[in-house]
Parts: sequence; structure tokens; C-alpha cells
Amino acid sequence: MIQINNLHKSYVTGNNSLHVLKGLNLEIEEGEFVSIMGSSGSGKSTLLNILGILDNYDEGAYSLDGHLMQDMNETQAARTRNKMIGFIFQSFNLISFKNAMENVALPLYYKGISRKKRNQMAMEFLEKLGLKEWAHHMPNELSGGQRQRVAIARALISKPRIILADEPTGALDTQTSYEVMEMLKQINDEGITVIIVTHEYDIAAMTQKIIRLKDGVIEEIIKNGDLKSFQAQYNRNINKPEHHV
Amino acid sequence: MFDIDVWQEIFSTIRKNKLRTFLTGFSVAWGIFMLMILLGSGNGLQNGVKQEFASNAVNAMWIWTGETSMPYKGMKTGRPIRFNNQDYTFLTNKVKGLDEVSSRFYLPGDTNYAYGNEYGSFTTVTCHPALRDVENIKLSKGRFINHKDITDYRKSIVIGKDIAKALFKEEDPIGKYIKVNDVPFKVVGVSHDPDNRNDRTAYMPVSTAQRIFNGGNRVHSFAVTTKMVTSAKQAEAITKEVREALAQRHKFNPDDKRAMGAFNMLTEYLRTMKIFQGIKIFVWIIGIGTLIAGIVGVSNIMLILVKERTREIGVRKALGASPRSVIGLILMESILITTVAGYIGLTLGVGIMEGVNYVLEQMSASGGGDGIFFRNPTVDFGTAISATLILVLSGAIAGYIPAKKAANVKPIEALRDE
Repeated sequence: MIQINNLHKSYVTGNNSLHVLKGLNLEIEEGEFVSIMGSSGSGKSTLLNILGILDNYDEGAYSLDGHLMQDMNETQAARTRNKMIGFIFQSFNLISFKNAMENVALPLYYKGISRKKRNQMAMEFLEKLGLKEWAHHMPNELSGGQRQRVAIARALISKPRIILADEPTGALDTQTSYEVMEMLKQINDEGITVIIVTHEYDIAAMTQKIIRLKDGVIEEIIKNGDLKSFQAQYNRNINKPEHHV
Repeated sequence: MFDIDVWQEIFSTIRKNKLRTFLTGFSVAWGIFMLMILLGSGNGLQNGVKQEFASNAVNAMWIWTGETSMPYKGMKTGRPIRFNNQDYTFLTNKVKGLDEVSSRFYLPGDTNYAYGNEYGSFTTVTCHPALRDVENIKLSKGRFINHKDITDYRKSIVIGKDIAKALFKEEDPIGKYIKVNDVPFKVVGVSHDPDNRNDRTAYMPVSTAQRIFNGGNRVHSFAVTTKMVTSAKQAEAITKEVREALAQRHKFNPDDKRAMGAFNMLTEYLRTMKIFQGIKIFVWIIGIGTLIAGIVGVSNIMLILVKERTREIGVRKALGASPRSVIGLILMESILITTVAGYIGLTLGVGIMEGVNYVLEQMSASGGGDGIFFRNPTVDFGTAISATLILVLSGAIAGYIPAKKAANVKPIEALRDE
């Protein structure tokens, strides 16, 4: 599904050039549930942006579903995003003057689907996520968990092949975080590839594969079977601060 | 692009920023309002002056004689110049720049008019049929002097409205005989002047007048229409042609303004119209300047708006919005604000000018309003249409830079959590 070969990306600000991704290689199969971890500055958000065709890269190759994602203009990129990828953000990014249903229906608008049909579809998705009664509420009338569920519905409505989630639980409490992760798991069970960026070990531990980035390259990939040992490492990390207290 | 969602989104942002939208809209409305007031006033002034010209044909020209003030070919100054009927034939047939010619023979002393027991003293103008066109004489009854009157030396007369009223009261004057200096003339028409200036004037055939009042072939002045030309220079050339031709016939220096006087209305008219053209351009410049201030205001607001909506635009782009749809969103909003506000300004401006027009018309209808150099201060349909087009265009210009900026919003930067 996703093939990345020798990917380089630098950000140039004025005279400074920041080399963020330094020859990254990565392969993600269809239907995988992957998390990307790494300290801040490791390049995990940059990688996610490139995966989501929100940003371009300098060198190397990125193929999505067998197509090379290169030299695309904005319109083509927008169309591919619309067709292939669903986004979930840490801060939900719902449009404040649209109600839940209209927010969910928005990707369909850019697909050119009629108003009546897309609102109907949006209602179906909201119902699936248990938000039917909240369909006509504005985002500021919803709780954090509800907002993220609306955002998930929005990501799913265009029937994408991949869900990209940037810190989907970052703004939620543990209880709600687990609910959201459960939801993502169900989505994954339906065959959609799910990739999340997170810095929380317990969240990462719920995925099948953890990709740890460090200084722009992959430090290690922890597969499903190794998760037990990862769990131990995670616990170690959790316990560490307590020594300092 | 014109579907309900775009509008819904535009309206929801406008609703969120009522005051700001109002203030921006106001600057545009004010710009177009001022433009309409200025244009209307310019038109009013122009129409007022045109009205002054309207009492005669704009291409009218008067030629009269005097005494020479320059020696010419050995002849002394102070020599009287006299036109005659041959000059009339000459002007009619030989001078290319002229269209129609009417000659006038001044009747000596007062002319007394009498009908039955009623009598009065009025102005008599002797003329050819062409005078009707030269001086825009309006008839309320009957006909004007015609060629048959001239060739047959008929005693026909056209009397002004006030003469008819004085002599005939309620009676119909057409076909009746009145006495002009004791000579009976048949009334063939009644004239009236919108400016009430020539209502105490009567018109009779110049040939008849010459014969009855001992004029011989003497002509005192000519009233003519020149060929319609478009520049004051060309009109001036006609005056020169006439002057040189008559100077040659009567042997005086063509530069001698005292020997022969001439007034070419067309020269004045074209000059005046040129001034108004200048005024009009000036008005447009001021108006458009005001409008540009409004446009800059809208553009500024839209820039702020784009800045505020960066995240939203980023989300839209992440969800698959093409740059075109983002540009459309910003552009439509800007066009909507300018068009609606501009239209309000347009309506108010035109409304006020129509109101002024109504008051002016009431004033002139009630007999007042004499000497008001201001008439019909309204803006014509074409101008209103072009103003509307300017508005839509300016909305597009105002929205262009912000829309461009919006289209360049990078979703990553927009979505980055601060």
C-alpha cells in the first residue's frame, strides 16, 4: 500500500536548512494498523504530512497504492487526498460554524455529491458512531470525545483506503482515548489501513506495528509479536519519572 | 461554483462578522454613492446648460452688418455695409458650410397690431421658412411661413402665444385677419416658446415685408444653420468661409468685425460640451478614486479574514478542496460584499438625484426655477450599468490577492498545533 524509498526532506527557513528526514525507507501493507512514535523533532509529523500528500518531499520516492506521488499540482493532490485518505487531527479541526452533520458531509461536497445525498450519508455515519442526536449541534456544543468521533466520521465518509491520525488522542482523557482507539481498531478491522502518530506508549501499544523514528531515520520497528517486550519497556518508561520524585 | 453550499458558507462568515462586513460595505457604498451624486450633478449642470442652448438650433449662426472700421482697397472707414437679396441667394447656393438660410429685414419703428377693438405693440420678425429650424420655433396651431408665402408675397403671419391672447382672447386666430401697421395680414399659425422669450413676437415673410414696408431688396441680417460639424475648429472654419465670401462681395476687410458681425452657436456649443466632457472625466476620476479607497478596504478585510480562516482553509484542503474552490469561496464573498453594498450606494445616490430632480421639476412647473442652471440631474441607465460592472469587477479585484493567499495556504502549516 505504501512504499517509501530513501526519502529526504529539509525545511528551509531563511539561511537555515533543517534536514528532517534523512533517507527513510518504509513499507506499509494494506490493512495494517501502524503507529509512528518518536521524540519531537524526530520527523514523525513531517512523515505523516508527506504520507497525506499535504507536503512534498525533496528526494527519494513515495508510492501510494502503486502510484508514485510526485510532481503533483495542488488540484491533483487535493483529489487524491479526497479519494484515498481520511485525516484525523489532535485538535479535531471541525469547522466551527457548521454543525456535526455538515462537518461530516464536507468531504463529500468536494467529491461533488448532492447536498441531500451527502447529508443523508453523514447521518448514517453519525448514527454508526452513536452521535445521531448530536447531528445538529455545533462543534462547541460537543465534548472532546464527541468532537473526535465527529472528526472520525468525517474521515471515514469518503470511504478512504488509509486513515492518517495525528495524535488523535492527544487532547482527550484516558477513558475517551481508549474509546477512540477502539473505534480506530474497528475501522482497521474493516480493511482500512490506519496510521497514527502518537507519543503515548499505551496508545502505540494498541496498534499492530510501531515505527520508532529518531533523527530522521527509522530506529526500530516493533511488530505485533514483540509488543510484549515493548510493553515492558513502556512500563519502564512509565516508572522512570517516579524515581525522580 | 454557484451552489447553495458556497452561499451558505459565505453567509455564515458574514453573519459572524456583522460589524466588520458593514464597515467594509459602507466604504464601498459611500464610494459609489459619491460617484452617483457627482455624475448626477455633472449631468444636471450639463443638461441645464444644454437647455439654454435648446432655444435655438445648436448649429445656428447669425450674421449682421455694421460700418467698416478698417480701410480697405482705398476705401475709408465708416462705410455702412448692406446685405441684399442677392446675398441670400448666394449664401443659400454657393456657401458649402451652410445648410439653411433665412434673411431678415428690420421693420422701422414700432409695429402695431390690431384685431377688432384689441390692439398692441409687438415685435415683428421677417423671415424665410428656414428660421423655424434655426430658432427652434414651436407651433401650437396652424403652420409656419412657407415658400409659397415668400414667392407669392403673401400677407401671412405667425403670431406668438401672447399676441394671440391679447388680440383674440378665447377666439381661434387661425384664418383671421389682423392689422399690422394698418396692413391686413392673415394669421396662419400661433407659436409658443418654452422659455416665454418670443411669445410677444410675430413672424412674417421677408419678401412681403420688403415690398409693403419699402425695403427694396435690403436685408439687415441672416439667421442660418451651418452644416453639423464635430469640432469647434471646423465650426470656426465655416464662420471664416462665410465672412470671407461676404467680404469679397461687399468689399471690406474680412478681419473687420465691425463691418460684419457673426455669431456661430455651434462653436460655443462645442466648446461648452468639451468643458463638460472635461468635468465628466474629472468626476469619474474622483468617483473612482473614492471607490478605490473602498476596494482597498474590502481587500484589507478579506486579507484579515483569510488569516483568521487559515486553519479552516487548511482543513478544507486536507479534506480535498481544490485551490480553485478555495479561491472561489474568498472571491465570491468579496464580490458579494462589494456588489450588495455598492448596489445600496447606487440606489441611494440615484434616489437622491431623482428626488432633487422631482423638486426641480415642481419648481419649474410652478413657474419658478427660472435661471436654474440645473436640470434633470440623473444618471442614465448605461452609466448605472457600467457602475454595477465596475462594482463586480472591483469586488473581484478586492478579493483576488486574499484569494490567492488563501489558495497558497499549506494545510500542514494551517493544521500545526500552536
